[in-house]
Amino acid sequence: MSETAKLQLSGVVKSFGSKKVLQGIDLSIPKGKSLVVIGGSGTGKSVMLKCALGLIHADSGSIMVDGQETMGLDSKGRTAVMQKFGMLFQGGALFDSLKVWENVAFGLIHGRGMDKRDAYSIVLEKLKSVGLAESVAELYPAELSGGMQKRVGLARAIATNPEIIFFDEPTTGLDPIMADVINDLIVNSTKELGATTLSITHDMASARKIADFVAMIYEGKIIWTGPVDDLDHCGNPYVDQFIHGRASGPITFGAAA
Amino acid sequence: MEQTQDTIKMKGQATGKAALTYLQYVAQAVGAAMLALFQGAGRLFVFMGQSVVHIFLPPFFPRLVLRQLIDIGYYSLPVVGMTTLFTGMVLALQSYTGFSRFNAESAVAGVVVLSMARELAPVLAGLMVAGRVGASIAAEIATMRVTEQIDALSTLSVNPFKYLIAPRVLAGTLMLPILVLVGDIIGVFGGYVVSIYNLGFSPGRYLSQTWEILEVIDVTSGLVKAAVFGFIVALMGCYHGFNSQRGAQGVGAATTNAVVSSSILILILNYILTQVFFS
Repeated sequence: MSETAKLQLSGVVKSFGSKKVLQGIDLSIPKGKSLVVIGGSGTGKSVMLKCALGLIHADSGSIMVDGQETMGLDSKGRTAVMQKFGMLFQGGALFDSLKVWENVAFGLIHGRGMDKRDAYSIVLEKLKSVGLAESVAELYPAELSGGMQKRVGLARAIATNPEIIFFDEPTTGLDPIMADVINDLIVNSTKELGATTLSITHDMASARKIADFVAMIYEGKIIWTGPVDDLDHCGNPYVDQFIHGRASGPITFGAAA
Repeated sequence: MEQTQDTIKMKGQATGKAALTYLQYVAQAVGAAMLALFQGAGRLFVFMGQSVVHIFLPPFFPRLVLRQLIDIGYYSLPVVGMTTLFTGMVLALQSYTGFSRFNAESAVAGVVVLSMARELAPVLAGLMVAGRVGASIAAEIATMRVTEQIDALSTLSVNPFKYLIAPRVLAGTLMLPILVLVGDIIGVFGGYVVSIYNLGFSPGRYLSQTWEILEVIDVTSGLVKAAVFGFIVALMGCYHGFNSQRGAQGVGAATTNAVVSSSILILILNYILTQVFFS
């Protein structure tokens, strides 16, 4: 991963009170590539993702987007950087007071100031690209199944054609078939956009399908990173235990929980 | 003898040490509580500043403001109307009972209108709106926090303060004075109905006594109080919702804290504002 990094995290530290969640995260994602960070619950995956997005302020370190430092940006600078981002939340995070089309168009209308009619035609195109019919556009999120909500969330994440897309456990809570469908949609839609992606998951099938590179986080540090093809023979006992889901090994239950 | 003295000395030292440790714990606990209080107050003031700034800075969301004006104002009318109607009626009954002992029944109209306009309508409307609107704002925003919808707003390049907080705070500040004005009229009407149909007052005299005693400051002070209370109710709902902890318990706690803190602040500020207007 020595090419020019689209997104680079160096020495990112974040503590909540006395609990050190991130203890110096180093990550680098080349343009157009997909990095999946794997790791158990409570290892700092979500905090790392939110620091990269700017939703949580890291205590120290550096987060560079296109070579530009994003730590300590003012609200104007942050808004400009945010326009490069798209995000698929674990639970979808759809606005339940708005219809599906308004959810998908939200970033276009309110973030980019686009006209509603123009936004609506983009919404229909994006819904089609995630396998949803036009009729879904007029429904409310509560009327959709979990899988459909994830698809709408994906459509919303890609609606503004972002340069960097973040996926927070995209297949959690879905049945294996729907999970695979979502993985395919992620791969196809990001390839179409040429977007750089950072995902976090503990679903190994998902990681293998969407990743160009994999990194493993453990106790707030990246303990291994490499191409997805090297995952099975990386020689790291922590990674080996995690990808095979073994209870015995260097990762203890207390540390992982 | 020497041994006994040593034992007493050791016991005395142990007691002194225990007392010191106890004092240290007390000091730590008081210090931590004071720090938490000042931190909380600081956070609330920063939140308030950001909320007010975003009311005046573009982009604006007029449709959201309109929706909040209807939610906070129009849908609170029945609650405020019922509260002030029965308060006005009770006020007439009670004051008549008291004043009739001194042959001062003619003061009933004045007591009703002054009490309603200056104190009861703004305070009761504020408290009722805190229960109805403050709780609903806190629960809605806390749920949005817990389900990551507020994070989603940020990732879609929309400032949550502009989209969620500013419209609610603006609508709360604008609508409560209107609710209180309506409440004043309904409260006086309640007193009128009881006085005329129950206590045998003359309609014309009752109304003229009401007008004679009422001054502009009586109404305007109530309306200013209402604007402050509306601001507080919306602000506390937003603040507690926005800073909600995770899970259903977090949402519940945010709702309770919003109602309790805004109710207490209303009562405290009511005293301060009364002092400012009438002392």
